[in-house]
Amino acid sequence: MSAADRIMKGLFGVYFVAFFVYLFAPLAIMAAATFNTSRFPTVTPWQGTTLEWFNALAADRGMWDALWTSIVVAFFVVLVVLPIGTAAALVLTSLHARARSFLYAVMVSPLLTPGVVIGISTLVLWRQLGVGGGVFLIVLAQSSFIICYIMLMVAARLQRFDRTQEEAALGLGASKFMVFRRVILPFLKPALFAAGFLAVLQSIENYNTTLFVRGFDTPLTVYIATKVRTGLTPAVNALALIMVAVTIVGAVTYEVARRRSVARRANIEEEQRG
Amino acid sequence: MGELYKRFGGGLGTVFLALVAAWLAGMVLAPNVMMIDYALRPNLPPADIGGPRDVYSLSNVLYLANEGVHRAIFFKTVWASALVAFVTLMVCYPLAYWLAQNATPNQTAIAILALTIPFWINEVLRTLAWYILLAFRGPLNAALLALGVIDEPVRWYGDGGVLAGMTYAYILFMLFPIYNAIESLEKSQIEAARDLGASVWRTHWRVVIPHAKAGIATGCVFTFMLAAGSYVAPALLGAPGSRWFTEIIYNWFFEGGDWNRGAAYALVLLVLCLTVVLVTLKIARVNLTDVAK
Repeated sequence: MSAADRIMKGLFGVYFVAFFVYLFAPLAIMAAATFNTSRFPTVTPWQGTTLEWFNALAADRGMWDALWTSIVVAFFVVLVVLPIGTAAALVLTSLHARARSFLYAVMVSPLLTPGVVIGISTLVLWRQLGVGGGVFLIVLAQSSFIICYIMLMVAARLQRFDRTQEEAALGLGASKFMVFRRVILPFLKPALFAAGFLAVLQSIENYNTTLFVRGFDTPLTVYIATKVRTGLTPAVNALALIMVAVTIVGAVTYEVARRRSVARRANIEEEQRG
Repeated sequence: MGELYKRFGGGLGTVFLALVAAWLAGMVLAPNVMMIDYALRPNLPPADIGGPRDVYSLSNVLYLANEGVHRAIFFKTVWASALVAFVTLMVCYPLAYWLAQNATPNQTAIAILALTIPFWINEVLRTLAWYILLAFRGPLNAALLALGVIDEPVRWYGDGGVLAGMTYAYILFMLFPIYNAIESLEKSQIEAARDLGASVWRTHWRVVIPHAKAGIATGCVFTFMLAAGSYVAPALLGAPGSRWFTEIIYNWFFEGGDWNRGAAYALVLLVLCLTVVLVTLKIARVNLTDVAK
């Protein structure tokens, strides 16, 4: 190894460590501040270790209301986006090349639109129809772009679908509806679960779009952002800590499950070959 | 269309088409058309709506062009978003390269898991984490003071804070497209360049970057769009001197009470983002089909 190579390696090592410190230090500090007695969330100075901010969080009615609003929104978003996203993917895969690439561009356009613009355009349309901001508009505005993700996930799964299965079912006398219900939908099931999960996450985490269409309703992200302005206490950190913990457990579980299914698929292929 | 009906029959085919039409026409097209309509009309008291003064004009857009402060904030948002995209690219490129070319499959899996964890957490909380870190009496200033790097606390909120928070928020949108692009590069090409005597920089400049061009363009485009349309980072990490264009739009809607002007500003933002996206993709010769993966 030449001297230049060694220097490059050293530089990369420094960068690598710095990158992951950059990635995790803010979250670690936010989490640690939950246990500091200081009224403003911080770790410097450490004024004393406490668990009282969890109690403060539990007693915060506004937070629970906001959480409930977010859950209601996410529930209806899933109801809207799964059927439409699936239909969009099926329509897309049933088209010929030219029409398909045009429709595809139209369908992904909400992903290239800034979130605030989606919120604003939904708001002005519905004001014209006499409907003000609130849960209903939050659901519509969020759905309009979350459908894109669902469509992409379902379409990706459909690419691996073997159309001869459809023909076989038809040949055995199944109706077209039966083919959809008994062949295509079961095949899409894993993608639909993953898509539903993603839709819930996207919905709960959304802020930019939601802010404009919320009316007098306050979902969790809006509540947290408002707290920062009106009086941030480590109770918000306690909430963040819980969300981070749930996230890490969820992410690790998801990854383990994914690896298992990959391994299982590899096993099955092995058996088929052997 | 014929194929759709042939495959699913009249009933189901119609349901699917109706769902897609409801989405694209009702939730995407109609809102945008109405926003354009709002943007081109004057803000009138209810009695005058539909009256002789209710005519289409560009006055709301021209207002932005002529109002010095708003215009300055608009251009500042444009170049600051470009800066965010550039800094994010610099931060992500080496790691993306390492993940795609040098890491073992296991290392890659663990690193990607570690990378995704902060991104399962929502943007508001990620920004809040930076809000706490960068506070005037916060941990960053305390650490730098203790190390003797600075003599008195620095006010991080403002342009620097917004840049740090945004870069942090959009890392994944940059990292994954570049990683995917570099992964498809044959290792032998890099080795060939090295064997022929190219330096590390030259190998990247002439071999890796041209190959990863599409991924880099995609990452930059998404980061730019997200940064320009972001509200939470400038609202939390900004200072009065670092206002963002989205904050001006918000004020028209919820403080200024002029939705028409707000819609015009939003329209300008939309046109800006679409232009940047389409032009960049065109220059890098990336197909829209390859962007959303």
